[in-house]
Amino acid sequence: MTLTVRDLHVAFETRGGRVNALRGVNLSVAPGETLGIVGESGSGKSVTAQAIMGLIDLPGRIEAGSITWNGKSLLEGDGYGTSVWGREISMIFQDPMTSLNPLMTIGAQICEVLTQHLGMTAEQARERAVDLLAAVGISGPRRRVDQYPHEFSGGMRQRAMIAMSIACNPKVLIADEPTTALDVTVQAQILDLLAELQSGLGLAIILITHDLGTVAGLCQRVAVMYSGRIVESQSVDAIFERPQHPYTQGLLRSTPRLDEPATRLLSIEGTPPSLMQADDGCAFRKRCPIAADACKEMPPLVTEGAVQIACHFPGRPAWQARQAG
Amino acid sequence: MTDQGISQTGRRRTSLFRELLSDTPAAIGAALIVLIVVLTLFAPLIAPFDPADQNLTARLAPPVWIDGGSWQHVLGTDSLGRDVLSRILHGGQVTLLIGLCTTVIALAIGVVIGLWAGYCGGRADSILMRIVDIQVSFPGILLILLIVGVIGPGMMTMIIVLSVTNWMVYARLVRSTVMSLRQTPYVEAAELVGCRPARVIFVHILPNLIPPLLTLSILEFTNIVLAEAAVSFLGFGVQPPAISWGLDVATGRDYLFIAWWLVAFPGIAIALTVLSVNLFANWVRVTTDPQERERRFARDLAARQRRGLSS
Amino acid sequence: MVQLWAFAVDMVTLDFGDSLWQRRPAVEVVFERLPNTLLLIAASLAFAILVAIPLGAIAALRPGGFLDRLTMSIGLIGLATPQFFLGLVFIMVFAVQLKWLPTSGFGTAAHLVLPALTLAITPLARFTLMVRSSMIEELNQPYVRTARAKGMGRARILRVHTLRNILVPFMNLSAWELIVALSGYTVVVETVFAWPGLGHTAVQAIQRGDLFLMQAIVFTIAFMTVFITLLIDVASKLIDPRIKLN
Repeated sequence: MTLTVRDLHVAFETRGGRVNALRGVNLSVAPGETLGIVGESGSGKSVTAQAIMGLIDLPGRIEAGSITWNGKSLLEGDGYGTSVWGREISMIFQDPMTSLNPLMTIGAQICEVLTQHLGMTAEQARERAVDLLAAVGISGPRRRVDQYPHEFSGGMRQRAMIAMSIACNPKVLIADEPTTALDVTVQAQILDLLAELQSGLGLAIILITHDLGTVAGLCQRVAVMYSGRIVESQSVDAIFERPQHPYTQGLLRSTPRLDEPATRLLSIEGTPPSLMQADDGCAFRKRCPIAADACKEMPPLVTEGAVQIACHFPGRPAWQARQAG
Repeated sequence: MTDQGISQTGRRRTSLFRELLSDTPAAIGAALIVLIVVLTLFAPLIAPFDPADQNLTARLAPPVWIDGGSWQHVLGTDSLGRDVLSRILHGGQVTLLIGLCTTVIALAIGVVIGLWAGYCGGRADSILMRIVDIQVSFPGILLILLIVGVIGPGMMTMIIVLSVTNWMVYARLVRSTVMSLRQTPYVEAAELVGCRPARVIFVHILPNLIPPLLTLSILEFTNIVLAEAAVSFLGFGVQPPAISWGLDVATGRDYLFIAWWLVAFPGIAIALTVLSVNLFANWVRVTTDPQERERRFARDLAARQRRGLSS
Repeated sequence: MVQLWAFAVDMVTLDFGDSLWQRRPAVEVVFERLPNTLLLIAASLAFAILVAIPLGAIAALRPGGFLDRLTMSIGLIGLATPQFFLGLVFIMVFAVQLKWLPTSGFGTAAHLVLPALTLAITPLARFTLMVRSSMIEELNQPYVRTARAKGMGRARILRVHTLRNILVPFMNLSAWELIVALSGYTVVVETVFAWPGLGHTAVQAIQRGDLFLMQAIVFTIAFMTVFITLLIDVASKLIDPRIKLN
């Protein structure tokens, strides 16, 4: 029961040229695991999730690689995908405002999954939808089930999305920045709900975010993405203590901390490289303080125990230690 | 500096031209428009006969590729022996003239009233827009017929009547665009700095109106051509001896059973004109909208890739 | 002032005076001919809507594909062809050459086919192009992505999700087509097929200089236009829960 992504390449054609969004992504998730994928905008984290759910449309294309569930490919287009998506692997999106059909009741949108995948009758599905809404903490579910999305607040809509995604007791839930569009107070509630479901249902969760704090609260393992690749992947505790890749180090360094009176926020100099240029070297080398000649060659993703890293100089501190005061 | 500027706009023009050529339907449309304009403009030089010349010995001659047809009258002759090809070439002049004049007049009225209503707002706006609403709910061709019934048919009548019934679409578009533009920070800034209304309108607002007005007026032009043809067909538009495609279809209708070409060729001329303008207008609309332009690129590419995959 | 008042009273009581041509109240003529026009419009719009929705949806599934380009081309040609020409072509082909249907007139169902078909082509083309472009637009909406992530098939997404969302704009376009048909297209088509409706009557009234009758027709159509617009407003509010009735 594992979801495995191997050497995934995705490219988009635009009027300005070809954008290589993913350039060899490898990851796998087993039941009960929680994986956080972290990276800045354009690093390819959302594209990875969309590829897993079969949502890459032309002009985007999966150029190479494989995505398998229980050893069977999801990319064949033989109907295996549609029997898995929404049932065993499901997804919630960043913007609950537009991700629900504005002209269908919340109940109808939940029931749809149940009748399609589990063959429930309309009455059974409706009862289950009410239970699901209650389970995700929506009060008055009997009344709420017949309401339209515009009658729900942002946080409530995201709860409804979650209810929809867990309707068929999935094994894997992909959450693509589930809290970005929400108020800060609501964000914490949604994350708590996800954590609760994870332990209660034994879900595997892939949480996509640009916020390391969110990852620390929910995930066991973290994969850091940069410019269409995973550059580092290890356990949450380890990554906060011993970040191996210079980019991860920079990311942690630029995260404001509450326990230290920081004088000013630190950032990583420069901008990510354009995804249009074909570049054989390490994508981070232009911004990396310890880049050397060796970095003109692409570092492979090396696995050592529970740690995966793609750097020629893993573990070498790239920045000086943070100075207190 | 100047040099570079010129060469850059030059390059932009050639690449725009290439973009047009790469879009086959739009390129065909543009080519047809040029062809139609040239043919009708130089109709007196190109047409083999005077369109009014009667030749009673060669009445109802069929087109050249049908038995009994001759190269003398390529598209045949009508019941009075007049050459169909020459009539179509000359008929285009009236159609295009009415279309062009009406579009320009209606555009001018609509833009002035729309700017006035949108910029002044208040009572002027509500009165003007009420007029627009009332006129929009008045029935199209029926209203034209009513007016023609009162003041009598003719080419001038056509231009006046079609202008009077078509300015509202422009007024609406201009008003709503002006209303939303006045809210934008840069227009507010210009007003705060103390620009006179005329300057605000001509320098800051008008340039933004040009792309949507361009597309709208090209599309309205086709509506005018179709309306003129319909009214002339009904006998209330252009009057003989003036020549119009719609009028020729109406005359040919009496000979529908024995001489189909009298109806077919003027009818095809109208359809082809409208079709080519529509194809071109569609391209203009997409090209002046950067977002749509990117989407068109994506769609074309996706379609090409799919075709590549399936073959 | 007195004259204006009298005019207003006449309008409200539907007293448009006597038709000079028919020598009877103009309203009587209007109400006698109106049902024929409505029959023609109902038949043609029903046909156009029933054909356009599946056609546009199929075209939208593969933008730029063979079926899409075919429907687009036919649609654009349909929009460009004047109805009087189309009507005459239909008469030539189906009535004169093939002798399947009567050339013109009124009475049997067979008489209805050609005029209704002629009147249907322009709205059919506009409906198809509209369904296609708004389907393409809707298929790019985030809620469609959600539905796909739920494992819904393409057919179900089109039928259940996007169709509902294009219904309101589609209804507005249908109302507009209905108004245009009432106020213009029927005049031409009824004249070509000698269909005894309001449009054909209007042309005859003008030819005979019967302005009272013409005025009655124009006011009737204008009134119906306003009525249709109001009706559509209410209907939109019923379909889209986000539009509130004030």
